[in-house]
Amino acid sequence: MSAQIPDLFCLAITRVGNLVTVAFNKDPSPIKLNLSVGAYRTEEGKPLVPNVVRKAEQLLVNDQSRVKEYLPIVGLADFNKLSAKVIFGADSPAIQENRVTTVQCLSGTGSLRVGGEFLARNYPQRTIDIPQPTWGNHAKLFPLAGLSVKTYRYYDPPTRGLNFQGLLEDLSSAPLGAIVLLHACAHNPTGVDPTIEQWEQIRQLMRSKGLLPFFDSAYQGFASGSLDADAQPVRMFVADGGECLVAQSYAKNMGLYGEHVGALSISADVAIRVESQLKLVIRPMYSNPPIHGASIVATILKDRNMFNEWTVELKAMADRIISMRQQLFEALRARGTPGDWSHIIKQIGMFTFTGLNSEQVAFMTREYHIYMTSDGRISMAGLSSKMVPHLADAIHAAVTGGA
Amino acid sequence: MRSQTDHTPSVGSVTDRRLSCLLRHLHPSPSSSAMESDRTISALPTSSFGSDSVFAHVVQGPEDAILGVTVAFNKDPSPIKLNLGVGAYRTEEGKPLVLNVVRKAEQLLVNDKSRVKEYLPIVGLADFNKLSAKVIFGADSPAIQENRVTTVQCLSGTGSLRVGGEFLARNYPQRTIYIPQPTWGNHAKLFPLAGLSVKTYRYYDPPTRGLNFQGLLEDLSSAPLGAIVLLHACAHNPTGVDPTIEQWEQIRQLMRSKGLLPFFDSAYQGFASGSLDADAQPVRMFVADGGECLVAQSYAKNMGLYGERVGALSIVCKSADVAIRVESQLKLVIRPMYSNPPIHGASIVATILKDRNMFDEWTVELKAMADRIISMRQQLFEALRARGTPGDWSHIIKQIGMFTFTGLNSEQVAFMTREYHIYMTSDGRISMAGLSSKTVPHLADAIHAAVTGHLIAIKIAMSSNGIGLKLKQYYKLLLLLLLMESTFQDPSTCRVTILRLQ
Repeated sequence: MSAQIPDLFCLAITRVGNLVTVAFNKDPSPIKLNLSVGAYRTEEGKPLVPNVVRKAEQLLVNDQSRVKEYLPIVGLADFNKLSAKVIFGADSPAIQENRVTTVQCLSGTGSLRVGGEFLARNYPQRTIDIPQPTWGNHAKLFPLAGLSVKTYRYYDPPTRGLNFQGLLEDLSSAPLGAIVLLHACAHNPTGVDPTIEQWEQIRQLMRSKGLLPFFDSAYQGFASGSLDADAQPVRMFVADGGECLVAQSYAKNMGLYGEHVGALSISADVAIRVESQLKLVIRPMYSNPPIHGASIVATILKDRNMFNEWTVELKAMADRIISMRQQLFEALRARGTPGDWSHIIKQIGMFTFTGLNSEQVAFMTREYHIYMTSDGRISMAGLSSKMVPHLADAIHAAVTGGA
Repeated sequence: MRSQTDHTPSVGSVTDRRLSCLLRHLHPSPSSSAMESDRTISALPTSSFGSDSVFAHVVQGPEDAILGVTVAFNKDPSPIKLNLGVGAYRTEEGKPLVLNVVRKAEQLLVNDKSRVKEYLPIVGLADFNKLSAKVIFGADSPAIQENRVTTVQCLSGTGSLRVGGEFLARNYPQRTIYIPQPTWGNHAKLFPLAGLSVKTYRYYDPPTRGLNFQGLLEDLSSAPLGAIVLLHACAHNPTGVDPTIEQWEQIRQLMRSKGLLPFFDSAYQGFASGSLDADAQPVRMFVADGGECLVAQSYAKNMGLYGERVGALSIVCKSADVAIRVESQLKLVIRPMYSNPPIHGASIVATILKDRNMFDEWTVELKAMADRIISMRQQLFEALRARGTPGDWSHIIKQIGMFTFTGLNSEQVAFMTREYHIYMTSDGRISMAGLSSKTVPHLADAIHAAVTGHLIAIKIAMSSNGIGLKLKQYYKLLLLLLLMESTFQDPSTCRVTILRLQ
């Protein structure tokens, strides 16, 4: 008789986006459009590996002196130092004063999970406030890390913009010391970001309430095209001398998705002790992080020419997305589609929260073979100039009563 | 963002910095750049200013015991130092090794311009998963053919164990896992964090430096029904002591009769004996009886992929239907941990496993590594015999895999580090992979010295004219030696030797 793995489970629900892509793949229509996946696509609808990444990879693999030894628990040292400079700025006082500890993690998710577990074990306030809405995985990974999750108002459906008043009220009523998750730029899924003035108010409020900022920075450079501009909210918080956590991902801005490269930085006066505790989280999770992706990043960041090449390719990706926004907005205006569609060009980053409801989304899938998540979120990165008219037609039809 | 009124030095105390921030709020500078004028409106009372870091109470965590050995080794300036701490393979020249077939596979991958870097599925690279299952279970395994196996790519052995542990903690009623005594240090840390409670079963027998088989059987017999049991598939870490095939069969029968769930840690397949199939036999015995088990596989050692973090977790289920549902639950563990696994290492493995020629090349290079380690065992054993080192050292050639549990105690280990610059973990475990024919004599000398009791050797340089030591210094030294002697519990093991050097 052997031990039975119990067979009484229900089939778990896979990621929603996954299901949408599965449905997309099954659709035989020649004019179908997948706007669900958050990965960049070229005008031709293809995945993109930046040239500078291929170049860096060639250098690495052709270097016969390179070995595959275990990295330290905290990851590749060069990568960590350079990543901190990317997000905080090369001349950041926090870095110069050795108040930053940076550990390599598995992209954004890994950085958030490690940061969450660190906080659950080393920080007295075990509540994290996340925006409503937010990336679906946030609400899953923080409880597993040991934190309880609350939400603060963020998206304002009537304006398709920021519910700033609600945000300030909810953060004001958070308990002293509570952790607050902030999207550094290009909020996922809405694309709605606070203005710089609003960020300053948020910062002052949070510091006055002793709230601990935990930034999720998945789109630095990818939102506006400028690494520095997209990092401003983070840098504002660091500039006031206070503490924060930052989860960085190179998935989108360096196109390294599957290589899973990221970093968790904690700006704290006791950086050395914090680092030792981070190791105690990482070692029993996967011992030490993978070398390949981090080596690619380090190679690019440390070489002046490659770094510049990267910023040019990055800006090209961001510009294409901004251009898609503009084209879609103009296409809807040209069709006289009822409603205010300016949020399409006001929102920023890979995603647009269209404001379409689930019936309208279902209609567009059924009649126009356009696939998106049922909350009306579309990935602008999945659009091309050729397909904008088709999408505009679909939205127009859905809104004017086709649904 | 430094204001013009800020006179504090750039590296100051915590309080200085906080005060300077407060000052900036009270006296904003016109040079404050992109910040808007709203800052001038009010200096907000900030409860965080002037206070300590919110992490001020965070204690310095202990250095990882195993990795700490390498840290100490790196600091040692001695030219004859030897690192026998970390379990990473070294060549005869003491260098890390990247297998030729791995370099070849990597070149193919990187030169293929059609390859992209899209996210892998949550369960990882499909080819890699299928092929890994065949490597451990055998290409003709009925469990595979009947679709009763779910395999998910994980981050090497550690990641596979952690994901498997979390899956069990959430989906399996018995939340106790039995681990052998001793075992790899990280086992006892990762399973509790996964949500399982840890008990131990007797394993290593110090008097014989072999297996305490009786104790093992007793402890597993008294485990509660359905308890999970961690088994090292081969080349037990840290002892190198493996059950024989006959003993494995007894273990299997006992476990199946008690409904105990096997969780194999397979980190050395092919690396122990040189044969992938031979090293997989214990796992295959369990699978062959139709029962269920978990297997954590690592390619760190046997494919030299250490830092690429390549591994797989396989769960062998009673039916294909169960396997599908199990996989869906594994995804719920992985997604909130790191979303999906890294592509590079798994792509290398898949490239090698799916190509007949590359697979064969791999097995040849793998056997060469295993053979070199077996040769080091033989050489060390013979070197100790040649020196007449007291004791039975046959365990060095009986134990298998990368590690040898020498049987040395922590004082002897400390002595060897201090006097001979040999680094190992304090439990007396040495990595045979870190040895070479050149360094075997040095190690043998060190073991010999440690075992024959020369705990303190003091070398005093004497000039050719006679004793260079003044009388006062001599008495001070004597006093010091007497003090040191009194700290040892067993005075007979402490011998003070004053060597006279010309």
